Amino acid sequence: MDWHFVFSQALTQAIGPTMLIYAIAAIGLNVQFGYTGLLNFGQAAFAAMGAYGLALAVVAFGLPFGWGILIGFGAAIVMALLLGIPTLRLRADYLAIVTIAAAEIVRRLARATVWSEYTGGSDGMRGFSEPFFELSPYNPDANWSVLFVSMDGGRLIVDLGIVDFQYSSRDLWVMTVGWILVAIFLVVVGLLVHSPWGRVLKGIREDEEAVRSLGKNVFAYKMQALVIGGIIGAAAGFIFALSRANVQPDTFSTDFTFYFYVVLILGGAARLFGPVLGAALFWFLFNLLSLTLNQGIRSDLIPREVLAPTQVGPLVFFLMGLGMVLLLIFRPQGILGNRRELMLDVR
Amino acid sequence: MSDSEFEREPEVFREMHQAALAALADVQPEPGVAKPDPILTASGIRRSFGGLVAVDVDHLEVQRGTITALIGPNGAGKTTLFNLLTGFDRPSSGKWDFDGRSAKRLRSYQVARAGMVRTFQLTKALTRMTVMDNMLIAASAQLGERMWAGLIPGLWKAQEAANRERAMELLERFKLIDKREDYAGELSGGQRKLLEMARALMLEPKMVMLDEPMAGVNPALKQTLLEHIKGLREDGMTVLFVEHDMDMVHEIADWVAVMAAGQLITEGTPDQISSDPRVIDAYLGAHHDAAAH
Repeated sequence: MDWHFVFSQALTQAIGPTMLIYAIAAIGLNVQFGYTGLLNFGQAAFAAMGAYGLALAVVAFGLPFGWGILIGFGAAIVMALLLGIPTLRLRADYLAIVTIAAAEIVRRLARATVWSEYTGGSDGMRGFSEPFFELSPYNPDANWSVLFVSMDGGRLIVDLGIVDFQYSSRDLWVMTVGWILVAIFLVVVGLLVHSPWGRVLKGIREDEEAVRSLGKNVFAYKMQALVIGGIIGAAAGFIFALSRANVQPDTFSTDFTFYFYVVLILGGAARLFGPVLGAALFWFLFNLLSLTLNQGIRSDLIPREVLAPTQVGPLVFFLMGLGMVLLLIFRPQGILGNRRELMLDVR
Repeated sequence: MSDSEFEREPEVFREMHQAALAALADVQPEPGVAKPDPILTASGIRRSFGGLVAVDVDHLEVQRGTITALIGPNGAGKTTLFNLLTGFDRPSSGKWDFDGRSAKRLRSYQVARAGMVRTFQLTKALTRMTVMDNMLIAASAQLGERMWAGLIPGLWKAQEAANRERAMELLERFKLIDKREDYAGELSGGQRKLLEMARALMLEPKMVMLDEPMAGVNPALKQTLLEHIKGLREDGMTVLFVEHDMDMVHEIADWVAVMAAGQLITEGTPDQISSDPRVIDAYLGAHHDAAAH
C-alpha cells in the first residue's frame, strides 16, 4: 500500500485546477446563498454560460479569445437578469425552483441536435483553449532544480519528502490564473460584504420585509447579488473549460451545483474563506478515499469479492454523502462557521 | 425630521403637542372627520381578498404631532390597513396623501424613505446580526450601500462613523447600549420591541406606525414602552398604533379611531370612545366574537 502516492496525489489535487473550479463557483454561491440567502440551484448553468460563451465565441464564431471571455461574462449577466426579474419579487423558494429548471434547460439546449453544428451537441466542443495556453509563461521543456523544487520537462515537482506535488505545465498555468482569480474575488467579495452594501444583503437574508420597511430596495440588492454571484460562476466555467480544453453539456448537470453547495456548507457559508477551504477539503477527501480504496484493492488488502475496482466510484460518493449528513448533524455551521449564529437560526 | 428639528428644545414640542390637542378639542367625534393639520389623509381605501372585503375605509385623517390609536376587534382590518398605508399591500381602490404628497403609488421602501416607518406585530429583528448592525442598516441615504461605493471604504467611513454615533445615542436612550455587540436573536421579546423602535428612529421618520407594540411584552416592560412611545411624540413625530389594550390606549393616545369589519365606525378622544355605544357593540355585540379578548 503506497501511502506516499495516495497522500501526494490527494494533496496535489487539493490545490489543483479542479479544486479551483469548485472554489470559484462556491465563492459566487456564497454571495448569493451565504450572504443574501438566495437559493440559486442553477450555479452549474452560470458556469455553463461562461464555458459555452467562450467556446462558442472562439470555435463557432471565430472571435478572439478575449471576446470569448467577455461574451461568457455577458451571458451570465443576461441569465441572472432573466432569472431574477420574474422571481426575485416572489418568495425565496421560487428562485430555487426556477434556477434548477433553468439549469436543466441550458444543459438540454447545449446538447440539442438542432444546432449541434455549432455546439457539438452532446459531444461538446474543443479547440478554443490554445490562445489561453499560448499566454503561458511556463516553458514546457524547462529542466532545472533548486533545493526541493524541480522542473522535469516542464513538469513541476515539489518534493517535501513525506509528500510531493506534481503538476504539468498546462495545469500550472491554469492554477496560476485560477488562484489569481480566487484572490481577486476574495478581495472584492470581502470588501463588499464588509461594507454597508453587504450589511443590507445580510439583512435581506435575515428578513427581507424588515429591510424593506427600513427603506431599502430589496429587489435591486437581490438582483445585484445574483449578478455578482453569476459572474463569478461564469469565471469558474472558464477555468473548467480551459483546464479540460473542452466543454461538454452533461458536465453541467445539477450534481455540479450540488457539489458547490457541499463545498460551501463544508467550509462555512457566509464566511469569506469558507468556499476555498471547503473546496480544498472536499476535493482532498474525495481523492483520498478513491486512491486509498483503489490502492487497497491493488495491494490485495481489500478482497475483490468485497469491493470490485468498478465499485470504488459509487462507494466514494456514498461515503462522501454520508460524511455530508454527519457534518450537517454535528457541525452544521461548517468548518469556519459560527455555532452561536446557527443556534439563533434554529430557535 | 431634519437635524435642526432634532436640536429643538423639548418644550417646543410640548407646546406643539398642546396645540395639537387644542386643535383636536374642536374636532367632532365622527368617523372620517377632518382634522386641522393632517399628516395623513386617506380616502376610499378598499381591499378585498376574493369576496371578502377586509378594509373599506371612506375617509381617515391623522393629525400631525399626535398619538393616534387604531383599535378594533380581531379581524377588523387594522393590520391590513397598516399594510396598505405603508406599501406592504396594494389596495383594490383608494388614494392617500402623506405629508402633502400622494403615497398611493409608492412601494414599501419608498414609503419608508418618505418618512413613514412601520414596525411589525411579530417583531422582525435581524437575528443573526448584531444589535449595532440592526441599527446601522436602518440609516438612510448611505453611500456605502451602493455596490460600487461599497468597494471603496474611504468613501463611506465618515458617514458610517456619524451613523454609529447616532445609533449609540438611540441605544442609550432605549437601554440597549450594553447589548450592542450581541446578536439581535439573543435579545428577549421585549428588548426586540425596543430594538425595532430604536431602529425605526434611525430613519428619522416623520411618522411612526406601530403594529401592536405591546403584543407579547411583559407588564414590567409595558410601562417603559409606553414612555418611549410618548417620547416619540415629544420628539415631534406623529404616531399611529394598533392596539387591543384599552388601558394603554387611554394612557397615551390623543385620538382613537375604531375599526370593525373593515370599516371605520367611529373616532374621538379616548374618553369619548370608551362611552360610545358603537364601540361597545363592536367589541361585545352579537355579531362579533368577544371571547378572543
